[in-house]
Amino acid sequence: MKNQEKKSLFSIEILGIILGLLWIAPFYLMVVNAFKTKRDIFSGVLGLPGTWEFENFVQAFIDLSFLKSLFNSVMITGLSVGIIIIFSSMAGYALARNKSKISGVLFFVFVAAMLIPFQSVMIPLVSMFGQADMLNAAGLIFMYLGFGCSLSIFLYHGAMTGVSKSLDEAAIIDGASRFQLFWKIIFPLLKPISVTVGILNVIWIWNDYLLPSLVLSEANATIPLKMFYFFGQYTKQWHLALAGLTIAIIPVIFGYFFAQKQIINGVSEGAVK
Amino acid sequence: MNNRSMAFWLFLTPVILALAIVVVIPFVYGFFYSFTDWNGLSATKFIGFEHYINLFQEKEFMNSIWFTIKFAVASVLLLNFFGLVLALIVTRNIKTNNLLRTVFFMPNLIGGLILGFIWQFIFVSVFGDIGDMLGAEGMQGWLSTTETGFWGLVILTSWQMAGYIMIIYIAYLENIPKELIEAAKIDGASSFQRFKNITFPLVAPAFTISMFLTLSTSFKIYDQNLSLTNGGPYNSTQMVAMEIVRTAFSDNQMSYAQAKAVIFFLIVAVVALTQVYYNKKREVEM
Repeated sequence: MKNQEKKSLFSIEILGIILGLLWIAPFYLMVVNAFKTKRDIFSGVLGLPGTWEFENFVQAFIDLSFLKSLFNSVMITGLSVGIIIIFSSMAGYALARNKSKISGVLFFVFVAAMLIPFQSVMIPLVSMFGQADMLNAAGLIFMYLGFGCSLSIFLYHGAMTGVSKSLDEAAIIDGASRFQLFWKIIFPLLKPISVTVGILNVIWIWNDYLLPSLVLSEANATIPLKMFYFFGQYTKQWHLALAGLTIAIIPVIFGYFFAQKQIINGVSEGAVK
Repeated sequence: MNNRSMAFWLFLTPVILALAIVVVIPFVYGFFYSFTDWNGLSATKFIGFEHYINLFQEKEFMNSIWFTIKFAVASVLLLNFFGLVLALIVTRNIKTNNLLRTVFFMPNLIGGLILGFIWQFIFVSVFGDIGDMLGAEGMQGWLSTTETGFWGLVILTSWQMAGYIMIIYIAYLENIPKELIEAAKIDGASSFQRFKNITFPLVAPAFTISMFLTLSTSFKIYDQNLSLTNGGPYNSTQMVAMEIVRTAFSDNQMSYAQAKAVIFFLIVAVVALTQVYYNKKREVEM
């Protein structure tokens, strides 16, 4: 009995490892071929490179204006997610503490807005912001607040059920304003959900392509946007294209390495709710 | 915090403004524009249902709807299959389970645009090379026919998102009481019987969640479509989201594209509302 179980566990482990190798194969092929010369790729893509060509990475790094794109991505993602967390947590708190009809209606509107796909508002949105001369980074950050607040408010609203109302009352009696009460007492208690909200929004905004492509000029391009231009420039030159893709992925792998547990928990929480 | 208090409204003003300006107003305007000859700046006349009549007769648009539906069905099935298989593997007591979770989940963190480019290389060069080695004609020219382009998109999406669905199944699998499985083992139930009678029923809610989640995500896919096939050959692998973007920003037919966007909204809303209905029904039954 015990022996049989060990055997079946062993075969499951083998199956898992085979699937795991299959799953990372695309990354392996990308990195390996990014180190090859054009001729090397032509003669075979599966093996290791004959000579390791670091030159590809240097050129891709320059052509992607990588430091600039990285800076743009960090700024836009950082500011957008910061603003989403600040305003959604305040709204989630206000809506959860107010039991009136209007509060219920507002909450419903925020949740219902999640039904609307981006493409259904995209055209008038771009036209409106264009006429207001707001097709720039500031306009983009404001758009991310509009698109991101619904899910974030929903998550904060849910988390508020675990925060006792007596905290509010005690603080008000002590003479604190609503604003102080929220930032000094409630917000710190919401930290776990803030981590979830932050992670979900970072993954989305960091990788978003379509919205920035409609809003930002090439000079302010984020990594996905720059990658798109770069790739168009190097079709049929896989050694350079793959080096560029490898560079573009590095920041994400880096983040995943340090915050793996929080990321998986955050995503799990966001999906199951 | 009552609703006449200043604080209530102050706390809500930023998000109400953002939602109104970014989502609600464009949505309402868009609906209105779809009945006019709006060109992105101004509308001169009301044309009723003309755009809607035209779009149902446009071959390319109807083709994109069918292609999207077929794609969504195939991805939903494969994604849930792989998601469940991966979750069943990594929730067993094996040495590599943490490492495997990390690996399976990784593609989710990288944008669809970048992943599509990587897979373009795989389908074109790697598949071509393997085909040469095996002498298999069928491995050549992936992405250059509608059929293989379709499967290319399905494979890319399944690979990218299976780890995400796995996470959902893991959450449910880890909630199954260990005693239940142990008791069934003592009673002599085979591992297949245990899966069929204990695991599967307890994981069924996760199936509903994942199914609708994958369905609505696959309907809205754009980045992967753009970077993997770019809609080719001859726009035959173009999905609805991409079709709308093209009509608006390449062909400059703003109000016509907006009418397509309204239809797109209706399809997505029906899928989502069906999900809400099922979830409610399930909660009542429980």
